[in-house]
Amino acid sequence: METVNYLNNGHGLKSWLLTKDHKRIALLYLVSITAFFVIGGFFAMLVRLELLTPAGDLLSSETYNKMFTMHGVVMVFFFLIPSIPAVLGNFLIPIMVGAKDLAFPRINLLSWYIYVLGGIFTLVAALSGGVDTGWTFYTPYSTAAANGHVITAALGVFITGFSSILTGLNFIVTIHKMRAPGLTWFRLPLFVWSHYATSLIMILGTPVIAITVLLVAAERGLHLGIFDPALGGDPVLFQHLFWFYSHPAVYIMILPAMGVISEIVQAFSRKNIFGYSFVAFSSLAIAIIGFLVWGHHIFVAGQSVYAGMVFSFLSFVVAIPSAIKVFNWTATIYRGSVSLESPMLYAFGFIGLFTIGGLTGLMLAAMGIDIHVHDTYFVVAHFHYIMVGGAIMGYLGGLHYWWPKISGRRYSEPWAKFSALMIFVGFNLTFFPQFIAGYLGMPRRYHAYPPEFQVLNVASTLGASILAVGYVIPLVYFAYSLVAGEKSVNDPWGARGLEWEIPSPPPTENFTVSPIVTEGTHQYMHGNQEVGLA
Amino acid sequence: MFTNFPFFPEQASTQAAQVDGVFFFTMAVTAFFSLLIAALLVLFAIKYRRQDEDEIGAEIHGSLALEMLWTVIPFFITMIMFVWGAKVFFDAYRPPRGAMEIYIVGKQWMWKAQHMGGQKEINELHVPAGRPVKLMMGSEDVLHSFYIPAFRVKADVIPGRYNVVWFTPTKPGRYHLFCAEYCGTRHSGMIGWVEVMEPNDFQAWLGGGRPADSPAAAGEKLFTDLVCITCHRDDAQARAPQLKGLFGHTVRLQGGATVTADEAYIRESIVNPQAKIVDGFAPIMPTFQGMVTEEQLLQLIAYVRSLGEQTPPPSAAPAVPAPPGPGKD
Amino acid sequence: MPDHAEHFPGRIHQPPLVANLDAIQPRDHVEHPHHPKLQHHFDDMAQQVDASTLGMWVFLVTEIMFFGGLFAAYLVYRHANPEGFAEASHHLNVTWGAINTIVLIVSSLTMALAVRSAQVSAPAKTQVAWIVATMVLGATFLGIKAIEYTDKFRHNLVPGPNFQWTGKHPQPAEIFYSLYFCMTGLHAIHMIIGLGIMSVIGTMAWRRQFDSEYYTPVEVAGLYWHFVDIVWIFLFPLLYLIGGHFTE
Repeated sequence: METVNYLNNGHGLKSWLLTKDHKRIALLYLVSITAFFVIGGFFAMLVRLELLTPAGDLLSSETYNKMFTMHGVVMVFFFLIPSIPAVLGNFLIPIMVGAKDLAFPRINLLSWYIYVLGGIFTLVAALSGGVDTGWTFYTPYSTAAANGHVITAALGVFITGFSSILTGLNFIVTIHKMRAPGLTWFRLPLFVWSHYATSLIMILGTPVIAITVLLVAAERGLHLGIFDPALGGDPVLFQHLFWFYSHPAVYIMILPAMGVISEIVQAFSRKNIFGYSFVAFSSLAIAIIGFLVWGHHIFVAGQSVYAGMVFSFLSFVVAIPSAIKVFNWTATIYRGSVSLESPMLYAFGFIGLFTIGGLTGLMLAAMGIDIHVHDTYFVVAHFHYIMVGGAIMGYLGGLHYWWPKISGRRYSEPWAKFSALMIFVGFNLTFFPQFIAGYLGMPRRYHAYPPEFQVLNVASTLGASILAVGYVIPLVYFAYSLVAGEKSVNDPWGARGLEWEIPSPPPTENFTVSPIVTEGTHQYMHGNQEVGLA
Repeated sequence: MFTNFPFFPEQASTQAAQVDGVFFFTMAVTAFFSLLIAALLVLFAIKYRRQDEDEIGAEIHGSLALEMLWTVIPFFITMIMFVWGAKVFFDAYRPPRGAMEIYIVGKQWMWKAQHMGGQKEINELHVPAGRPVKLMMGSEDVLHSFYIPAFRVKADVIPGRYNVVWFTPTKPGRYHLFCAEYCGTRHSGMIGWVEVMEPNDFQAWLGGGRPADSPAAAGEKLFTDLVCITCHRDDAQARAPQLKGLFGHTVRLQGGATVTADEAYIRESIVNPQAKIVDGFAPIMPTFQGMVTEEQLLQLIAYVRSLGEQTPPPSAAPAVPAPPGPGKD
Repeated sequence: MPDHAEHFPGRIHQPPLVANLDAIQPRDHVEHPHHPKLQHHFDDMAQQVDASTLGMWVFLVTEIMFFGGLFAAYLVYRHANPEGFAEASHHLNVTWGAINTIVLIVSSLTMALAVRSAQVSAPAKTQVAWIVATMVLGATFLGIKAIEYTDKFRHNLVPGPNFQWTGKHPQPAEIFYSLYFCMTGLHAIHMIIGLGIMSVIGTMAWRRQFDSEYYTPVEVAGLYWHFVDIVWIFLFPLLYLIGGHFTE
């Protein structure tokens, strides 16, 4: 007879669509963001197919422009930003702090519905003709000249922003107020620290993009003229307002992934993180300093060179805490008991690719280099190294690591290793040539390009095909595991953490009563240590 | 497709070598640390691989010394990158005096160039090797960006204001010109060629331009057609500031502030004259917004520049302010 | 080393992280007496009150950032066009603006008194009276804004194709009025939402749901109301009182 857990505790569509259980809401998010990932990937596929040849022969210019715009909008707002927080964060944070649920379960459900509503708006915009402004919506093109449903798409982004805000709010209050007895801040898992820092960015940054896209919609629909140069409006003001959020947004995308990596590295080295408080404080430092660097997107737009220097300086400073984390992860593996199961493969991939992506970010932060590579494929390569080589690998690593806990099943480890390797190879083949193309001078958002860039583009498209297959394989084996996978014990990896103390899958209430925590949640006990028991 | 496959762009300007310098430094740092981390990961994964099921890792929590080390060293390295990069940028946007000026107007989806000697080009730019060239750039409609990869030169072109780039081409040849700020349907078609010529060849090419086509001449014609002369005249009936010798000098505004009469100031005075009122004059100039294109604005500016140094007016007294208008509003 | 592997099926033998094993062992749920309004995922009412209050404060921080974008745009354009903004501001009716400011300040007072009345277990009628008073003042505010907006519409001061300006600085004026409508419009929307919240709170008060042991919803609604009031305290001088000392 099956024990009662959150998955079989209540059946039927209503029990899922009206659930207050953070674990079920996490799965609702998992389904919807996977759907958006497929949609965003479809747009990417069309872009890469077009770029096989120098001429713009597959799609019309207008269609191509819509494809890269929709790829960016869907991937940034509907996949990357929610991904780890909404799926893994929602599932794990209450368990990791020893609580029965988040502080506001109904707001949690509401945030999913808001996300879906925003997604519908955006899909409507896509299906009724698309938007061709680029995901950055720069004025005056977006307000005066763009083709397509700018207002609908802008409203879709606006609405979804509130999903992010409410998730961040929920996490902050939960982490502050619902920690179990004995669970002090410095006993929290680093996954929680990174989500706390992420939540700070979500609540402080997202409202600014909300008002900014609302102004774009208002200007386009009501002809207000705030960014219109003919009225004395400043198109660069839009860029400042947009990037004030959108730069911290990239830290929303990467900090949770870093939290995942901290957990995986500890679990698969069976060793406590090296430099716990340094990693914890680095998360906060990245969040805070990340709010002060937005002008590095505007170096060549005519911003004062002195303002540019301040932004450049701070952009270098914000890289330091990330470097600290990379060194601390590496030091954690030193003299660990290392096992290269699939989550650890993803973590290794993350550390390597994030290092490359982050260091190429330093190239962009150097104003003199940025003159040459701004708005070229160099930038495209840089951010894909971070967002795909970094964030998505972190997401996949986390999904693999916690899949036995979430589903109660084991997936096929050989297939998982195979697809991890395929993703790694496909990814590098896709994006490394883009660094070269960018430095050669190939601008981004180009439908057609001079012939000397073709070899690099062909390599990139080949890599993208491999990458796409690599992403499909986990869908298959995860789905298969749900029906035929071996059942999982509480702690299949031999890891430490409150989540590994409870059954896989967990009961609806997580804990029967509040657990009383006596040490850091990752302590591996050696030999002659006594453990305090109630 | 596999022939003529470049890996690295040509250096065709003095700036290119500077940009590449700081790039090579950061690339070396990137390669070093990426390889170091990758090597350590592989090394540790092999050396410390799990031997039995119950094995756990060593009890190590951290090291303040190491944390300091790998905070301070990266900080110093990044500061080198910052200072070096800032210096290159600073120089890249400070045109030297006496640079040859060319006006550029970007519009969906073409680049128009206007040489001071009268030559006009579309999607092509002829420049001489070995001397500094300064581009004064405006946009007719949306954001664009003027980008010459071989020169390592780029600046956005923004409607409503002017941006400047400069470069000294070093190698005669033909180099790509791209628009690098997404501007709509034919963004990837807004490309062209920069033709760097030996100085003698360039002179010959310039000779093909008619002085009557020069921007200054066109501007003078506009000045007449738009009857600017009604107020901007150099006698005692002038109701507007003198334009002779104005360009480049300091102007005193109402309220005591001063401003330099550069291209941006002249442009603003034509499209938004109420923004800055010259001391001693009434705010009666009408706006010409919408009546002149960006190109025409550049021509008017060229004309004002051509009016040269200030000559003393016929009467010794300073310009007499117009009689006060009826009421404030 | 104590090993509770039989309780924690896993691959290594490590002691549990928790001191009370019954927290992680499944057991039938035991009912224990608690306040009827205690939500089950909280340990006790104190935690619930704490969480709710912190939640509202965090939300208000997001609201500050939301309005912040508009204030930033305002600062940039006012700095660029000080005279234009002053001229445009003179067409706003300072009297209506001042009345609205007083109305909102008084409404914050009635709101605070509503919270206080719940806090001291005052009769439901008293609580409802203060809530209704707050709502009436809020509605008055919106009524006056409607009068002002209609006036602007009649005088062709709504930005867009019908905007007409006879003064010296037409372009800054149009930008000013764009910001005016965006900022006061966004504020008015928050006011309307506030009225919605207050009607829910009023209904709950009418149903005798609030007393000294449970009045968090009133308190949290009060925080929201005070915030909307404070935003207006900033909007009024920035929009209505520019250039009072400019010499023409």
